[in-house]
Amino acid sequence: MIRAFEAGIAIGVVAPLIGMFLVVRRYSLMADTLAHVSFAGVAIGLLLKINPIFTAIGLSVIAGFGIEALRSSRRVFGESVLALFLSGSLAIAVIILSLSKGFNANLFSYLFGSISTVTTTDLVVIVTLAVVVFLDVIFLYKELFFTSFDPELAEASGLPVKMINLTMVTLAAVAVAISITIVGVLLVGALMVIPVISAMQYGHGFRHTLILSVIFSLVSVVLGLFASYYYDLASGGAIVVVALIIFLLSLALVKKN
Amino acid sequence: MNIPLEEPYIELNNVSFSYDHTPVIENLTFTVRKGEYLGIIGPNGGGKTTLIKVILGLLHPTEGAVMLFGKDRHDFKEKYRIGYVPQRITQTDKNFPATVFEVVRTGRIARLGFFERFKKEDILAVEKAMEISGIAKYRDTLVGNLSGGERQRVFIARALASEPDVLILDEPTVGVDIGAQKTFYEFLASLNSEQKLTIIFISHDVDAVSQETKTVLCLNHNLVCHGLPQDLLNEHILERLYGKHSKRVPHNP
Repeated sequence: MIRAFEAGIAIGVVAPLIGMFLVVRRYSLMADTLAHVSFAGVAIGLLLKINPIFTAIGLSVIAGFGIEALRSSRRVFGESVLALFLSGSLAIAVIILSLSKGFNANLFSYLFGSISTVTTTDLVVIVTLAVVVFLDVIFLYKELFFTSFDPELAEASGLPVKMINLTMVTLAAVAVAISITIVGVLLVGALMVIPVISAMQYGHGFRHTLILSVIFSLVSVVLGLFASYYYDLASGGAIVVVALIIFLLSLALVKKN
Repeated sequence: MNIPLEEPYIELNNVSFSYDHTPVIENLTFTVRKGEYLGIIGPNGGGKTTLIKVILGLLHPTEGAVMLFGKDRHDFKEKYRIGYVPQRITQTDKNFPATVFEVVRTGRIARLGFFERFKKEDILAVEKAMEISGIAKYRDTLVGNLSGGERQRVFIARALASEPDVLILDEPTVGVDIGAQKTFYEFLASLNSEQKLTIIFISHDVDAVSQETKTVLCLNHNLVCHGLPQDLLNEHILERLYGKHSKRVPHNP
C-alpha cells in the first residue's frame, strides 16, 4: 500500500503535467494510444519473463517516435496515426497473449490498475522516471509552451520544433508507461486528461492551470487509492471516478460563478 | 548630391520557390533597408505569404539567395531581429489557456538559450512591449477572451518584445473591424516613425497599402512593381496584378 501511494503520488504529478501539453495541442488521444502500446509492451514482458514496466517503456517510446515521424510526414492525418497505433498495438498484444496460451491473471491488473502489483523495483523505476519527466518539463517549460501555442511562430523564432515535439512524445510515452501499473491501460488517458480539463474550467493562464491540474490529479490519486485499499476496488477506476467528480464539481462551480 | 542609402536589412537575389514543382514565387530580387515601411500587395495565391516564410526561414528557396542583415540566411542566427505577426491570429485557439503576458513573453524566447530562464530584463522588455501596444491593462486576461483587434495587438506586442529591427505583418487587419483598423494603422505608422522600426506589411487591401506605407512591392508570382505607391498603383499595374476589369475603390472617397 505504501509503495502504491509513493508511486501514485509520482504519477499524480507527472500525468497531468504531460497531459496539459497533449490537451492544448488537441492530442488527448495520444495518451490512450501510448497506453495501448504499453499494453503490448507488458504482454511482451510477460511472454519473455522480463519486468513488464521495462518493455512497456521501451515499446511506447519507440511507438512515440513512430507516431511523430508519421504525423510530421503528413502522409497520414494526425488522428488516423493514433488510431493506427492504438488498434495495431492492441492486435499485437492479443496475438502475444494467445501465443502464451491464455490470459495471464497478472494482465488484468495492468488493464485496470492495481495497488498490489507494485514491486520495489517498479517503485524505484516509477519514481526515478517521474523525476526525470518532471525536471524535463520544468527546464523545457518555455519551449514546450511556445511550440504548443504556435509551432510556426516557434520555428520562426529559431526553436527546433521537431526536436521539441520528439522530446514531448518521449516524455508522454514514459509518463504513460510508468502510470499503467497503478491506473491501468484503459484509464491512464483519463488521469492525464480529466484533471487538466477540470483545471481549464477556472479560466486561469497556462502556469496556474498546470498547477491546478496537478493538485486535482493528486487529490484524485490519493482519494482513489484510499477507496481502492479500503473497499478493495480496482485502483485505476477509483482514481478516475474521483477525477470525474472533481470535473463535474468544477463545471458546476464555474457555471454558478 | 547623392543621399547615402540606409543599411540593407533584407536582400533577395533571384529567389524562387516551388511547391511540388509548381512555382509560387519566381526570380525575386529586391532589398528592404533600415527604416523602410514596405507594403506588399498582390492577389490571393500570388506568393505573398510564401515570400515572408522564405524570409523567415520557414521555407527554403528552390533557387537564389536570401541575405539577412548582411549574412547568408544559413548563417543568420539572430532570429530575434525579425518580429513576425502571422496571418491567422484572429483564428487562434480561443480555448488555449494563456494570458496576454504569457503570450507576449514568448517573444523573448528567440533571445534565450535552451533551459535558460526569463531574466529581469526580459520581463521589462515584455512589459514595455505591452505598454507600447496598449494592452498592458489586459496583462492577466486570457488571450481567447479578447476581441480580434486586441488579439492583433497582443501578437504585435509579442513580436515587439524581442526588440526587433524589422517587423513583418501578414494580413494584419483580417478579422479586425474598420474602426480598429484605423487606430491600428496609426499605431504602425508611429512604430515606424517614433520607434524607428522597419516594417513589412502584407495586405490584399491596395487602398490601405497606398495610404499607409512609404514603398510598395507588387507580387503576382513575379515582381510586378517596386517603388513609391503614388507612382505605381495605377490601373495598368492593378490589371497586371488582379486581372482585367479590376478597379480601385478608395476607403474614403
